[in-house]
Amino acid sequence: MKILTTVKRVTDPDMKVKIKPDGTGIVTDGVEYKMNSFDEYGVEEAIVLKQNHGGEVVVVSVGPSASTKEIRTALAMGADRGILVETDAELDSDAVARVLAEVVKKEQPDIIVMGKQAVDSDRNQAGQMLAAYLGYPQATFAYSLEVADGWATVGREVDGGTSTKRIKLPGIVTADLRLNEPRYASLPGIMKAKRKPLETMTPDDLGVDVTSKVRVIKYEAPEERQAGRIVETVDELIEVLRNEAKAI
Amino acid sequence: MANVLVVAEHLNGQLRKVTNATVAFAKQAAGLTGGQVHVLVLGSGIGGVVEEAAKSGADKVLFEDSAVFTNYLAENHGPAVAKVAQDIGATIVCAASSTFGKDLLPAVAAHLSAGMVSDATKVWDDGGLKFMRPLWAGNVLTTVEVTTPVKVITVRTTEFDALPESGPAPSEAVATGVGGTDAAEFVNFDQVKSERPELTDADVIVAGGRGLKSAENFGMIMELADLLSGAVGASRAAVDSGYAPNDWQIGQTGKVVAPNLYFAVAISGAIQHLAGMKGSKTIVAINTNAEAPIFQVADYGLVADAFAVVPELTEKLKALGV
Ligand SMILES: Cc1cc2nc3c(=O)[nH]c(=O)nc-3n(C[C@H](O)[C@H](O)[C@H](O)COP(=O)(O)OP(=O)(O)OC[C@H]3O[C@@H](n4cnc5c(N)ncnc54)[C@H](O)[C@@H]3O)c2cc1C
Ligand SMILES: Nc1ncnc2c1ncn2[C@@H]1O[C@H](COP(=O)(O)O)[C@@H](O)[C@H]1O
Repeated sequence: MKILTTVKRVTDPDMKVKIKPDGTGIVTDGVEYKMNSFDEYGVEEAIVLKQNHGGEVVVVSVGPSASTKEIRTALAMGADRGILVETDAELDSDAVARVLAEVVKKEQPDIIVMGKQAVDSDRNQAGQMLAAYLGYPQATFAYSLEVADGWATVGREVDGGTSTKRIKLPGIVTADLRLNEPRYASLPGIMKAKRKPLETMTPDDLGVDVTSKVRVIKYEAPEERQAGRIVETVDELIEVLRNEAKAI
Repeated sequence: MANVLVVAEHLNGQLRKVTNATVAFAKQAAGLTGGQVHVLVLGSGIGGVVEEAAKSGADKVLFEDSAVFTNYLAENHGPAVAKVAQDIGATIVCAASSTFGKDLLPAVAAHLSAGMVSDATKVWDDGGLKFMRPLWAGNVLTTVEVTTPVKVITVRTTEFDALPESGPAPSEAVATGVGGTDAAEFVNFDQVKSERPELTDADVIVAGGRGLKSAENFGMIMELADLLSGAVGASRAAVDSGYAPNDWQIGQTGKVVAPNLYFAVAISGAIQHLAGMKGSKTIVAINTNAEAPIFQVADYGLVADAFAVVPELTEKLKALGV
């Protein structure tokens, strides 16, 4: 089985981002980057699929040349081969999906495993758009995945509970946090990853115009909540909730 | 004919309230585009939903009652919504930013070659339509513009209040011609049954974190929530530890809520959690660690052991006849 998985290079989610005073973007000096958290789950699942079904795991990233680091991380976890579609353009999820669609047409994977959401831009769109562009079925927010007889059975996290959907392969699955426990790259894994093939191409090579359909005009910080005060007892809490906040 | 199309969401034969909030957004948007608000209901046996949608403040309800739509599948709903959007000349297609809207609307956007904005919190026109949306776990707000003629939007419904019930708008059957995919099958929906209000509608939420140490200990959280007719929420860590179902998760990757009153009990206040609840009107934090970041956003903090003070709070409120 050929499995394609995607990784996005994002700012470290544990760091607080700062906005440039002129509102044109975020401050990138001193910022650390890592693989999008949900993509760690996607890569892990791709590797598990290969362990169970054999085949190959191809990892793809669309972005600046520095994204080779996140691809190498996926290779160190156990993916076989990397593809970087290199561009410095600001991409909306639609542009990413249109690039990935061309990669899929070249690679012809049996299944595509992505993250449900990039934790920097918080859009939650690329997988669903890719499915629509390719005419493939989709199963988003996966917490479980079984593949048999050319179909994937996917347990999904949905409002109000959980749901199960079956999709015919080739199809697209997007990972939620309960899907698995992403492994850490081992030292031998990291050594091996250095020798694994990593191909670089551009959106032009794929014939894709990456002009985004959504333009960001301004970045700003939300209003910060003011810290309130500490109450000493339950009685005092009840008193302020009733008489000050009028919340009870 | 710059109409606004709202995709209705329904469960067990009832319109979900997030759709009413989405109509409120759509009304604002239609005021700017000069069009009408049409709500689209897809499903089977949806007469009651259509009736409810007709009273949401929309100008018209469109529906297709068909076995193809009995169970939601993006593969069927996606092309159907795109077709209706084209037929009514919609320049904005929107739905709530629920798991339904998040699953469906990107597919619709791709079918319409439209740009898409997730989690819109505002819409205005200053020489072109603008939308505001949060990102980076709510630490950044951006103003965005969509360059395509049709704009696809998921709406952060906590930012919009449902409109007052209106006289019934006309409804009209549509035929999308969608035959049904053979590449995807709905298997089942395992609903977390509860008498409590939905998290996204609740006036009061009592949320518990990893500090509660077990599923049994969530009992006191539920008791307080029930006394206040509230909903129960949880942090990711509490869900991961198996203390609470995933459906209760609040945060960047769970639900976004903005109740009148939010209790964060034994929750540290990681940014990913704050992303889902810092829009609440009044926040109460109960935590043994005075340094916990949750106290920086709480209106009222109680540095105390939850096992002592939560039952005490419940008992004293009961005694007061709350
Ligand atoms: C990609 C990604 C997405 C995420 N999305 C979310 C999300 O949507 N929602 C979310 O919540 N998290 C999310 N997280 C996880 C988040 O980073 C935190 O790990 C999580 O919120 C911590 O949960 P907690 O506060 O319950 O646990 P902890 O951080 O372990 O805090 C437990 C707290 O309980 C207190 N405590 C212990 N005992 C008691 C007691 N007896 N009485 C009172 N207080 C006590 C402790 O002082 C501590 O502050 C995400 C993380 C990642 C990487
Ligand atoms: N630039 C990118 N390169 C590779 N994969 C991406 C990129 N952007 C998004 N993705 C994938 O699409 C998923 C959803 O992203 P998004 O729609 O941007 O929230 C992510 O978890 C990634 O798996």
